[in-house]
Parts: sequence; C-alpha cells; structure tokens
Amino acid sequence: MTRRYVYIISALLAGISLATFIYKWQVLGFPVTRDQQQPVWTIETSIRFEAGPGSIKVNLQIPTLTPGFRTLREFNVSKGYGFSLNYVSGGREAQWAVRRTGGRQTLYYRRVVYEDPASEQIDTTPPFPPPPVINEPLRTAVEVIVADVRDRSADTASFTTELLRRFNDPSPGSNIELLLADANTSARFVETATIVLAAARIPARLIRGVILQDQQRRVDLTPWLEVHDGDRWRYFNPNTGAEELPDRYLIWWRGNQPLVRVEGGSNVEVNFAVQKNFLDSMSIAERRAQVEGSLLVDFSLFSLPIQTQAVYSVLLMIPIGALIMVVMRNIIGIDAFGTFMPVLIALSFRETRLLWGIVLFTLLVTLGLSIRFLLERLRLLLVPRLGAVLIVVVILMLVISVVSHKLGLETGLSVALFPMVIIVMTIERMSVVWEERGAGDAIRAGLGSLLVAAVAYLAMGMDWLEHLIFAFPELLLFVLAVVLLLGRYTGYRLTELRRFRPIVGD
Amino acid sequence: MISIIAGKHLAAAGVLGLNRRNVDFIMRLNPRRLYPRVDDKLITKQLALDAGMAVPELYGVISHQADVRRLSEITGERESFVIKPARGSGGDGIVVITGRSHRKRRSYRLASGMLISESELMHHISNIVSGQYSLSGSPDSTLIEYCVKFDPMFAEVSYQGVPDIRVIVYRGYPIMAMVRLPTRSSDGKANLHRGAVGAGIDISSGETLTGVLGDDVVEDHPDTGALIAGLYIPHWDFILQSAARGLEVTGLGYLGVDIVIDRDRGPLILEMNARPGLNIQIANCSGLSSRLNRVDEIFDPKADAARRAEVCRQEFPAQRQTALPLDMEH
Repeated sequence: MTRRYVYIISALLAGISLATFIYKWQVLGFPVTRDQQQPVWTIETSIRFEAGPGSIKVNLQIPTLTPGFRTLREFNVSKGYGFSLNYVSGGREAQWAVRRTGGRQTLYYRRVVYEDPASEQIDTTPPFPPPPVINEPLRTAVEVIVADVRDRSADTASFTTELLRRFNDPSPGSNIELLLADANTSARFVETATIVLAAARIPARLIRGVILQDQQRRVDLTPWLEVHDGDRWRYFNPNTGAEELPDRYLIWWRGNQPLVRVEGGSNVEVNFAVQKNFLDSMSIAERRAQVEGSLLVDFSLFSLPIQTQAVYSVLLMIPIGALIMVVMRNIIGIDAFGTFMPVLIALSFRETRLLWGIVLFTLLVTLGLSIRFLLERLRLLLVPRLGAVLIVVVILMLVISVVSHKLGLETGLSVALFPMVIIVMTIERMSVVWEERGAGDAIRAGLGSLLVAAVAYLAMGMDWLEHLIFAFPELLLFVLAVVLLLGRYTGYRLTELRRFRPIVGD
Repeated sequence: MISIIAGKHLAAAGVLGLNRRNVDFIMRLNPRRLYPRVDDKLITKQLALDAGMAVPELYGVISHQADVRRLSEITGERESFVIKPARGSGGDGIVVITGRSHRKRRSYRLASGMLISESELMHHISNIVSGQYSLSGSPDSTLIEYCVKFDPMFAEVSYQGVPDIRVIVYRGYPIMAMVRLPTRSSDGKANLHRGAVGAGIDISSGETLTGVLGDDVVEDHPDTGALIAGLYIPHWDFILQSAARGLEVTGLGYLGVDIVIDRDRGPLILEMNARPGLNIQIANCSGLSSRLNRVDEIFDPKADAARRAEVCRQEFPAQRQTALPLDMEH
C-alpha cells in the first residue's frame, strides 16, 4: 500500500518536473547547456535629411509581423525629437517630431532580432480586395491576363505562380508588356502584380524586407509578394514565381506606403545596416518569456540578484550530493561518518579542488584526531571536550593557511572553507569508533567518507549539471522522485553480495 | 552483470538484505513509538521484569553528572558488575568489571585482566551520562548491573567474556538463532562487529553449527581452538519461549532478543534490538527470507509463546550442509 503511494507520488513529481523542463526547453527555448550562443542581428535604419524651416515630422515604417524572427528589443536614437510608436493600416510606424531644428539631421531606429523558426505570421484574414480602378487600355489588358491565367491555374497559389511566370517571360504578350511598361523598379513590378491579383479578387501585398547577412553597411530592401489563399499568407518570389521566402528574410513592412515620410525636411536618405552578434541563449529565452508573460520566468532564479544566484548555483547541487549519498549508502553500501557529512565536505572541495581537498581534509582530521587522543587523557566532560577540539581545529586551520601561504601554496588558504563543526563531529565519531571498534573500522569508515565526498564532489562539480539544475530547478523534483523511489528499494546492496557470499557458498 | 547474477544467487538462497530488512520488516512491523522499549535498556529491563522474565539484577542507575561519585556506593563490596549506557548501541560503552585489585585500593579489574582506576571508571560513566554512546548524542543514563557468570559449557569456546544468544523473532516466532562467542580481538565482548565469533544454532535442537568471524565461515574458535559446532545449548526450549515472548513484551514484530545463560540463574534476558543485524544468516549459512515467508504462511494469532516456539522447532531444522545447492547455469 505504502509502496503504491510512493510510486504514485514519485510518478507525479517526475511528471511535473519533466513537463516543466520540456516546456521551458522546447517552448521557451531555455538552453540545456551553458554557453549556448545564438546569433542576434541588429538592424539599424538611419534617416538623414536637411531640416527645413518650421516643424519636422518623420514617419518610418517598422516591422510588425516577422515570420522566422522574434524581436529582442527596439530603440531609437534621436536628439531633441519626440518619439512615438503607432499602429497604422500597413503595420507599425515610428514617428519623430520636433518643433524647431536646423541643419543636417540623422535619426536612428535600431531593432535587435533573433531567428526563431517557430515564429509564424498570425494575421487576420483580409477581406476580398475591391476591384482596382484601372483606366483603359490597361483595364482590358488586366481582364485578359486574369482570364488567361485563371484558365491555366487551379487555385490561388498556382494562379500567382502562373502570373509571375508570365510577368518574367522574356517575351511576354503585348498585354503584359503594356502593363509592365511603368514597372521600372522591382517594387513597382510586384505592385503591378498585386493589382492584377486584386482584379482576380485575390488579396495580395507587396512586402519589403532585409536579407540578413553577417555584416552589411548598406542593405537594399528586397521586395517580395505576399498572397492570401483564404487560409494564410503565402510568399512568392516575384522573379521566379516560386513559393518561398529567402533565407533570413526579415519583413520590414507591407503595402505600398513609402518607407519614410518626412514633413518639413528635404534631401532624405535612408540606409539600412546589419550587424550580427552572438548572445547567450539564456538571455534570449528570458527576454522572450518576459514578452510572453510567462510566470515560470518571473519566478526563475535568474530574476535574483547576481550574488544570490551564485549562492544558489551551489546550493542547488546539494540535492545531487544527497542523491549520491543515497546511492552510495543504499545501493552500493559504503560506510561513512555522518549522513550528509561527505556532501558538506564535497562542497568545500569546490574551492580546494579534489586532490588538495583530500590532502587538507586528511591532514586536518589526522591532526585533530591526535589532539583528541591527547585530550582523552585529561578526562574532560563531553561538551567541553568537543569545544576544545573545535578550538584546536580552528587553530589548525589557521596554521595550515599561514604555513601554506608562506610556502607559496595558495590552495592551502582554502582550508578555511571546510565546515569546521562537521570536522569536529567527524573527529569525535572517528575517535570513538577507533577506541570502541579498533583503528581498522575507524579508518575504513573515514576512507568511506572521503570516497563518498570525492564522488559527490565530482558529480556536483559537473558544469553542465550545475547549469541544468540552475536553469531548470524543477529537475530537483525529479531528483526527489528518484530519492523517494530509492527509499523503497529492497534489493541487495552491492557490498552485501560479497558479504553474504559464504551463504551461497562459492 | 556479475552483480545481477550474484544478486540472483542471494535471492535464491533466501538471503535478506539490509534495504529489504529496513523497508519490509522494520518499518512495517516496528512502530517508532515502541522503539524506546528496546532502545532504552532500563525500560526493556522493567518490561521484562513486569512480564515475569528473568533479567540480570540492576544494582543502580546513574543519570546525572553529580551522581557519578555514587559509583562506589552502588557497587558496594561487589566483586563484579557491568557498566552499560542505557541507550548505547552495538555494545559501545559497555565495561565489564570482573574483580577488584587486592594490592591497589580503588581499582578494578577488567574482563581482559587489566586494571582500571576508580577515577577512570568514573570518567567513563561521565562520558556515558553526557551522551557519548547514545545514538542521538543526547544525555543518557548508566546502568550498573549484575555481571553474568557464564555457563561452564561455554568455557572452551569463549575468551574472557560471556557468550550470548541472539534470537530473531518475527511476529512472535523465533525463526533463527546464533550464539555469539567473545574472542581476544572482541575484547571479551559478544558483538560480531568487534570480532566475536557467531555460531548458528539449529532451532529444532539447540545444537550449534559452524561459526562466522567477520564475514568468513570458521570451524573453530580463533583463540581456544575448540570446535564450535556440535554444542548443545542448555535450556533451549526455555530460551526459545522467552525469545518468543519478546513480541508480547515489546510489541515489535521484527525483533532480536539477546539472552545470556548464567551459571547460577539460568537464561536471562539481556536486551532486545529493533534492528537486529543480518550476519546471523552467515552464521546459520541460511537466508532469513524463506523462514520469514514460512511464518507468514503458518501465522496463528491465537498461538501463545510456547506454541510458537514449538512450531518453529518443527519448521526450521538446520540444513546440514555448508552451502545450499545451486544450479550455476541459471
């Protein structure tokens, strides 16, 4: 009965732990290893113009929906301008305004984005576009093209592809030549295509975006065609008709509006520059979770002050030490002094490193033990004797630190980090065992403690594990589940296999 | 892989491991609130006396530092006595005084023959009272009691000490027993982990089997060289019944009962243990699991101690081979 409860509780704990872990890992993108770096791109738009007399208002189209990318942050650099972000029909606009200024002006808008394939364009379904008002003779040309293309296509996508194929045909028909006579830029070219699509009652938009590369000082905007098939927006290469998006294509804005409108200024120049950096995945994940308002991150350890974080990154490893202790005791069956003494010793090994830790610990316990045997002759009461050993241990630590410092062995200084009370209790236990059960038992248990401490140290010192537990503290529930299960482990301990061998008789 | 095979062999031989003992027997059958009845030897002694069982006579108790000097007042003119912590474990802190020095006043002779001054003895008692030997380190009492004189039949197989008989009692059924023989290295104490020899006992007859020293099987006593097997424990029927009554006395379903045989007073209940060790299996060359299972099958809630002891004598005769037959191919 109890066993079943333990199974149920362990399963629940493990389930909660793993579900949270997978959510944070897969959905929020928390990195499972430290130093996972993710590229981030900074796109800087600079607007230069001559300020005219009177007030100035600058409107810049900025990204709204960016499939394949998420925004880390955005900011503007401008001196003396009022700045606001507004939603307009085509997306979003940044607006700078100033009542009076003069000379050459430069305004910057920067946006930092990172790639996220999971980011999709979630947009409302647009209404069917009204039939465009087109004058003759273009109107007839459009009607003929629409009728022709409709004959040779099955749906919105194939219609678009067929249309773009004809647009790009080296020897297009006279209707298309007429239509494209004005399309001297590629943006105009795409815009013309949207007019034909509108005539076929297909919602379509001209989109313009930046193809992100490592480092570019001047980036040209790439126009692309976006068509709604009644279900979602689809992207078409205006030059081939293929349905695709270029790699790392950041959609800057949609529609026919100009990128920038400057009221009260002249000689406007707009330039895009791209810079690639690497950022710790952790900060990206946190930032994203903040944007999504996830409670899991509000309560994450990363919200604590840095110093407290450092403390917790150590403390969170203690459960791992406890797990090691449980395994060493109940699965392997190693004798050690004190239940969790080896774990605390392992913690202090973090500073001294393993070899020095073992040397210093052995030195301290050996010296303490000999002092303890001397004190035994004085026949002191128990608590004063423990107090005396504690004082002696502190003095020994002091001596070891000073001597090793003089000898130039800086590791000796870290002896101060040993948990002295624990060492005193170890010395006391060890001396009692020594007297009662002989040196063999005492040394065996002492070595057992050291062995467990060393294994715990190695486990607790695993960098990836420390990061994993710190980034996903919910994994501690999994450790708890394992410990609970081990609490009902009724199999033999490894050392018992040897111990009971005479019964089996081999 | 090897360990899995070895584990299978152990399981096939019915060996009980520490983990399973703790989880399936101690935690299930021994409620924690009953532990003081066996962890505090003073309470155990009183319970046994109340049940009309024989125990070593208690001379006095020292519970406070201030009382330590009452030692000589308690011991009076007695030549021998035993000092033990009420809540000690595994024989820690027990001192056996077998005599007094005739030349030096105020000094006692230990079982080993060495002398110990009264002040040293008082320091030891003071340590006990401070809690040096108690499990939790909390203040403890010191018991000063009758020193058992061992039955002459054990003279050949024990070295400077009194052998005691450990019986494992499961739900009131005495299922396995061994006699623990002091050796030179155990300092006259009957604790296996100190180096005493444990010899299994045939439950049905009370005859000793081979012994175990540490984790090894031995045929004869390491100090005296006498053959360990083949001794018949006197008062065996009474010992089994007394052990079986341990259930009623303590309420614990998985129990180790320690009994000594005094030359003059016969079997005496020495102490009881809620977490009896597993080496008894090596001493008997037999696993506990099969006997535990058998008791579950034949368990009769109405049977009294005598009946239960009788059932066990029929059920658990020793198998006269040193090893169980094992098919190595499985």
